Amino acid sequence: MINLYPLLIIAVVLFIVLNLAAGLIWVERRLLALWQDRYGPNRVGPFGLGQVLADSVKLFLKEDWIPPFADKGVFILAPGIIVATAILSFAVIPLAPGFVVADLNIGVLFLLAMSSLGVYSVVLAGWASNNKYSLLGGIRASAQMLSYEVFMGLSLLGVVILAGSFRLTDIVEAQRKVWFVIPQFPGFVLFLIAGVAETRRLPFDLAEAESELVAGFHSEYSGMKFGMFFVGEYIGVILISVAISLLYFGGWLGPVLPPGLWLAIKTMTFICLFILMRAGLPRPRFDQLMSWGWKYLLPLALLNLLVTGAVVLALS
Amino acid sequence: MATIYIENEAREADGSQNLLHVLLSLGYDVPYFCWHPALGSVGACRQCAIKQFRNEQDKAGKIIMACMTPAADGTRVSIKDPETVEFRAAVIQGLMQNHPHDCPVCDEGGECHLQDMTVMTGHCARHYRFSKRTFRNQYLGPLINHEMNRCIQCQRCVRYYRDYAGGHDLNAFRLRDVVYFGRFEDGVLENEFAGNLVEICPTGVFTDATLKRHYTRKWDLQMAPSVCVHCAVGCNISVGERYGSLRRVINRYNHQVNGYFLCDRGRFGYEFVNSGDRIRDCLVNGEPSDSLAAAVSKLETLVRETRCIGIGSPRASLESNFALRQLVGPDHFYAGVAENEWSATLTALDLMRNGPATSASLDDVEHCDAVLVLGEDVTNVAPVMALRLRQSVRQQPIQTAKKLNIPLWLDHPVRELVQNEKGPFFVAAPYATKLDEIATEVIRAAPDDLARLGFAIARAIQGGPPLPGLSSELSTFANRIAEVLGSASSPLVVSGTSCRSAAVLNAAAQVSHALSQIGKPAKLAFCFPECNTVGLRLMKPRSLSEAFQAVRDGQADTIIVVENDLYRRASKEDVEAFFNRARHVIAIDHLKNQTTEKAELVLPAGTFAETDGTLVNYEGRAQRFFQALVPSGEMRASWRWLDADFVPEIHPDKRGWRTLDDIVSAIALEIPELADIGLAAPSRSEFGKVAREPSRYSGRTSMLANISVHEPKPPQDPDSALAFSMESGPQPPPPPLNPFFWAPGWNSIQSVNKFQSEIGGPLLGGDPGVRLIEPEERGGWNFAGIPSAFEPNPDSWLLLPCFHIFGSEELSQRAPAIAELAPSPYIAVNTMDADQLGVSSGNLIKLSVSDSIHELPVSARPDVPRGVVLIPIGLPGVAGLTLPAFGKLAPASAMQGVTK
Amino acid sequence: MLSLVRSLWEVFRHGFHKRVTVQYPEEKPYLAPRYRGRIILTRDPDGGERCVACNLCAVACPVDCISLQATEDETGRRYPEFFRINFSRCIFCGYCEEACPTYAIQLTPDFEMGEYNRQNLVYEKKDLMVDGPGKYPDYNFWRVAGVAIGGKDKGQAENEAAPVDLHSLLP
Repeated sequence: MINLYPLLIIAVVLFIVLNLAAGLIWVERRLLALWQDRYGPNRVGPFGLGQVLADSVKLFLKEDWIPPFADKGVFILAPGIIVATAILSFAVIPLAPGFVVADLNIGVLFLLAMSSLGVYSVVLAGWASNNKYSLLGGIRASAQMLSYEVFMGLSLLGVVILAGSFRLTDIVEAQRKVWFVIPQFPGFVLFLIAGVAETRRLPFDLAEAESELVAGFHSEYSGMKFGMFFVGEYIGVILISVAISLLYFGGWLGPVLPPGLWLAIKTMTFICLFILMRAGLPRPRFDQLMSWGWKYLLPLALLNLLVTGAVVLALS
Repeated sequence: MATIYIENEAREADGSQNLLHVLLSLGYDVPYFCWHPALGSVGACRQCAIKQFRNEQDKAGKIIMACMTPAADGTRVSIKDPETVEFRAAVIQGLMQNHPHDCPVCDEGGECHLQDMTVMTGHCARHYRFSKRTFRNQYLGPLINHEMNRCIQCQRCVRYYRDYAGGHDLNAFRLRDVVYFGRFEDGVLENEFAGNLVEICPTGVFTDATLKRHYTRKWDLQMAPSVCVHCAVGCNISVGERYGSLRRVINRYNHQVNGYFLCDRGRFGYEFVNSGDRIRDCLVNGEPSDSLAAAVSKLETLVRETRCIGIGSPRASLESNFALRQLVGPDHFYAGVAENEWSATLTALDLMRNGPATSASLDDVEHCDAVLVLGEDVTNVAPVMALRLRQSVRQQPIQTAKKLNIPLWLDHPVRELVQNEKGPFFVAAPYATKLDEIATEVIRAAPDDLARLGFAIARAIQGGPPLPGLSSELSTFANRIAEVLGSASSPLVVSGTSCRSAAVLNAAAQVSHALSQIGKPAKLAFCFPECNTVGLRLMKPRSLSEAFQAVRDGQADTIIVVENDLYRRASKEDVEAFFNRARHVIAIDHLKNQTTEKAELVLPAGTFAETDGTLVNYEGRAQRFFQALVPSGEMRASWRWLDADFVPEIHPDKRGWRTLDDIVSAIALEIPELADIGLAAPSRSEFGKVAREPSRYSGRTSMLANISVHEPKPPQDPDSALAFSMESGPQPPPPPLNPFFWAPGWNSIQSVNKFQSEIGGPLLGGDPGVRLIEPEERGGWNFAGIPSAFEPNPDSWLLLPCFHIFGSEELSQRAPAIAELAPSPYIAVNTMDADQLGVSSGNLIKLSVSDSIHELPVSARPDVPRGVVLIPIGLPGVAGLTLPAFGKLAPASAMQGVTK
Repeated sequence: MLSLVRSLWEVFRHGFHKRVTVQYPEEKPYLAPRYRGRIILTRDPDGGERCVACNLCAVACPVDCISLQATEDETGRRYPEFFRINFSRCIFCGYCEEACPTYAIQLTPDFEMGEYNRQNLVYEKKDLMVDGPGKYPDYNFWRVAGVAIGGKDKGQAENEAAPVDLHSLLP
């Protein structure tokens, strides 16, 4: 007999992630409005929540247009990749003790691998659109990923050294005494920056850059294909937020409240931080982005790793 | 040439001119009111004040009037000098002191010289606190509207009307700041060039009364360069359309042809285009055709299956006549012109080609210094030529001014010097003409006698033996004329087909030949009654009587009449017989008339305002007119109908003359004499795009919104570079394609200054039109065909045509304003003849010519030669009389007595 | 780097500010009398049509959405035979009002003109005319213009002297 428990977990994880991703459209718009002294969507349903439904219906019903000059196969494939990789990453994310699809012993690596695969989506979309703005967006995305991927992994290694494991459950459990954000504060900051860059959100949305590139890599996309880029981006936001919570803020650990709720609260806080950054920060120039990545952040990450390693060695 | 310094910059200028003329020619903006290039300077308005400096060291200078100061070599002037700027602003403030707050409801608004000059000088607010003087307006007839409050007393109207156009009934009344320009009492302005007051008046005192009825601002008119179709002079006009109807005609300067002025027939005759009598859809047997396709297939069937003959028209374009000629074949192409007139036209054209005298352009006409008018009523047949002839009588007297070193532009001193002195101007015509008042001597005689007089003059010039049998009175008269013409430096002989007499034309040409023989550069000007008589002649059609004969002989089944009412060309009986004998009659025309009523198939043609085409004027100048309005219904150019293969809705793929350029080049290839007509205007491919609409054109997105809020695509014009659009190509349009004169800061018609190579000179880029007929020296000048003297015969009166500027022309008489001024039909006889007949003016008289009988009121006039009866040609009551003819006269009552 | 944190903080603080959005249509905004909304044609203080069909509004219109045709009544008073504004093109710039020499055309504080059918946005004279003088209660163009119309002869306008007697011999 097949064990139905993992399937149930998969179903629950998918349900939570996808709904949350859709709901984030509303959350983001309301929060942005809040910080800009506006209301945001408040007409459809209670608190404007119906806007989520209305938007998805709209996206589903829109004409599925593929430009005649596009590379059709790749053009269709690209939005699928981003959603698939983002969702796959959740396979290793434990939402509560034991509540995980696959508690791999190389969870962190899997997470990094999956989120890096997401860039293919952007690059392929930019390439397949056969449009100079899309292509520029795609090129920027790949360069940005390459630069920020490097120190993202390096910044995480401090956590791994402290926890002594790549397994996420182990990492969370290792924080019973103190959240890793304390010993690994520089690592946290670096991971946060790299995470924002990874999800290509403001201030690092140079692949999209409306003011320069129309809509960057997804200029030619419409309807549900565009919607998938959107959903992919929001899942990415959730993923990075969950990852930060798990890696640096003790995951589900916390008093009184049930573990799942603790993780949810922590995750939501970081999601809000993502949105606040969008509301408050300007987009850097591309050359600035690259020089920070390589000249400051990468050495900082290496330094952090070196110091962590030295301290751990010394203490042991 | 002289060098003058403007703002310390050396410029080359015409030293014989005044500073205003020179400054404007050089492109400077100097405000002015009383000066006009055709009228000269009087220094009345003080508006063109500028500063003159003695030399380079002189910093103070003195204020002078630019129009009154010669542009002598070394003159130093400044327009920008602050003192003069202030002076000019003060002058215009004074002029505007009594000007009413009328601009929004003034027809001149938007093209007002006063507005332009006020803006140019910077005056903007009235500071005078006291009341404005007002005047009562006068009724000046159906053509001109009077609003005297607006007057700024520049005097241009009266100077033009009295000094230039020779009118008598407009004058300045009263004094100081209450000078009034008007008539002695309300009434129609008598001068036939009164319409030019609309353009001469710098503001809205005299405005176009026909425009007022469907008023449109200049910026809202969709305009096109056109050529007047109301006589053979071929004045260049600019026509304006709005909301699908033709709104007005204004002058389009052409140095060689009309210069600054038009006649009232040309300016106000346009309203026939908007007539309710227009044919807008195809008619089959008088009923609207089921469909365009049905009408076209009927045309095609008749053309293909029956033997067709075509009747061309002297009022249709070359293109339309040519299309007909190609459709029926040159052998079956006939001229729809009255028989006698046609033979006179043939003679006239031969004489024009025979030379050595060249045919005179209107500019030549103005500058000749001795004129003989032989057998022509120029004012009523070719009005603008008469206006220019009026200026020619000044040529000899003003030589005195030249000798006294008075510059010719200094109008007042020159006129004081000339007084009433006039240069040699002889009028020999069958009846009194308006030009008689400027004539040195006038003689009135029947055409044969006029011809004899002409030959006698020619003989006297060449020193040959006098003509035998000429009365001593006539022969001394002939000798006097011969002497004067022989001593002139550029003599001109004017004649025409009005007498319908080849002898008169021959005699006129003989005079010019004789003058050439003694080494004078004589010129010749023949008047023709219709806009394309010369063009039709160059197509070499056969005569109308041959067409009648062809049908009588059963050689043709179908008659195609293009833009012609044959009932005006031949007697009713002949035309009826002609139509009845033919199995089918097809008429293509734009106005309903007797011919279209008779036709089995009527196809709607476009008028000059709705189509493109080429006309050849009296001197053989081919000029192109262009479409201003998009025709409604099924109307199209006659030549589009006649290329049976090409009616685009029916045969989208068929070959044919797809565009105007196609047919123009086809004509040039087919008819050697018309080889140059392509030069009349650039073809569509030669020039980018010219906007018909000014850049301020309004209402684009609203004018059709009542029909549908979705704006239609603008109409496309396959025929010319002109576009139904506000968008022009980068370069300024060449003169033949220029739809309107408009320059920055110069919204009025005075902006023509900016388009001339020199003020009053040719247009920049050359005057439009191409001369097709240049004389080639041929022999055969042997005084052939001298007719015998005319003998009055109480049993057989000679009927001669008498022309009226308003009424004689077919199209303009359908314009309401012109029709209002047309006389009612009459029969004119000599007073003594009237006495002998026992009738007096106003009585009815019965005229019988061959079979037809006309009963009309008689007009007893002293000027009609004995034995001659004048018939006002073209008026509705007397249409169909082929003149000249012989007929019987009897008082209406007596005739009735006889029949009883 | 710190400035970034500071701007984040400033933006965050805005979450506790009052919102500026006006909840139209429950809450109507205040519109000044000179607000540039729906265009109207007004009347003289004595009830006559103010528009004299001078075409200045039409020529001032940057989107060319005004068209009209001038005509005159039997007394010489000029008025538009038709006057049409295509509001589907109008950009409410107010140039027409600025250009109008008679205060006839005025923009009003009404912007609620939505239609389901674009054709309904084409307003003819009857849709534009109102029964009042609008923002300028006292002005009457014909009282200052020099042309004579019904009820106002030559010399009867403001600041005008009586018509000159041409037959007088006095200087």
